[in-house]
Amino acid sequence: MLEADNLECVRGERRLFAGLGFQLEAGELLYLQGRNGAGKTSLLRMIIGLLPPEAGEIRWKGKSIRSGGDEFRADLCYLGHLNAIKEELTPLENLLASAHLADEALSEDDALDALEQVGLAGREDLACKYLSQGQKRRVALARLVKERRPLWVLDEPFVALDVAAVDWLAGIISGHLQRGGLAVMTTHQLVGIPAGTVRELKLS
Amino acid sequence: MLKIILAVVARDLKLAMRRQADIVSALFFFVIVVSLFPLGIGPEPDLLRKLAPGVLWVAALLATMLSLPRLFADDHRDGTLEQLALAPHPLGLVVTGKVIAHWLVSGLPLALIAPVLGIQFDLSSDALVVLTGAILLGTPALSGIGAIGAALTLGLRGGGVLLSLLVLPLYIPVLIFGAGAVDATVSGLGGEGHLSLLAAMTFASLGFAPWASAAALKIALE
Repeated sequence: MLEADNLECVRGERRLFAGLGFQLEAGELLYLQGRNGAGKTSLLRMIIGLLPPEAGEIRWKGKSIRSGGDEFRADLCYLGHLNAIKEELTPLENLLASAHLADEALSEDDALDALEQVGLAGREDLACKYLSQGQKRRVALARLVKERRPLWVLDEPFVALDVAAVDWLAGIISGHLQRGGLAVMTTHQLVGIPAGTVRELKLS
Repeated sequence: MLKIILAVVARDLKLAMRRQADIVSALFFFVIVVSLFPLGIGPEPDLLRKLAPGVLWVAALLATMLSLPRLFADDHRDGTLEQLALAPHPLGLVVTGKVIAHWLVSGLPLALIAPVLGIQFDLSSDALVVLTGAILLGTPALSGIGAIGAALTLGLRGGGVLLSLLVLPLYIPVLIFGAGAVDATVSGLGGEGHLSLLAAMTFASLGFAPWASAAALKIALE
């Protein structure tokens, strides 16, 4: 499903990696590991198509993601280390707005249910600027509850979460893998994902 | 296609309504700059009538500039711009929505208050109508052209000054024809020709500017 060939990444004057490749099939999870500055986030940004690789190619369902364009992005859900939520909007409005902008149908009931699952029940109507860091992160993660797009790309999803939330998120990711989804993620905390095949890629 | 533009417009308007201080401060800037001229020049109706179109238009350009740096900067800082770029439709459509929303909160209020300010310059009612029409027709072009500048300077330190240097020269044609429309009406020539050219500039910039901005945004996101 997702293949990468011979990728090379140059940031500034430094070559971060070259000749990197991997293959990921339905139900598989790719853990990217490496020290700070090894190029994990750069690789993620290549996979989602925001950063063109210096050399090499990434293919989704056999088609290059650069020519696939809109079709590829319709299958992609990306969660960066920024939360991508608006401080002025409430958690509910944030969820609905991001679904609308991504062209997804999300009903208000589904959104409320997702917020309840991430433990934000009762705070749906409070502007996000009044929430704590961890709660903001939960608003961002609430998108994943109803997310059915096949490819998830997550940058450090476990940061700023408490132990219970880490377990909950691991469960959400295994549910996604069980449905035949794919996931690529970076993390410094190795969290066991109960289902699916886990592959590891070390950048050095 | 229309759906995504409307979704962006709706979101940006909602955000603007929660941050009304921004809209109000640009509007007050416009009101104050325009009102300083009659006070400074003194009660000379002929001179004021001559100055009015130029003063109102220059103030409108500067007031539009005030809100431009934040057009993409807020979305860039909190990560929503990445998400917009990853949405399954061309980024140009998203930018079109943002430009329309920017005009609704910056250009439209200027056009609505301009006739009131025109009275201070002793403009005739014909000239006031043409002035309002010219600002209505011309300000979308300002938002469109400004979006290119805002996208090019996104993430640069001191980008605000650079943005003015990039964008203000490009505003000159709008300024000339916008002020010219009112001048022509005052001198009895009729401002229709100027207004048609303003409309043409607006349509051209709304058609092209979002795609140029989208290309610049993609570079800024790399």
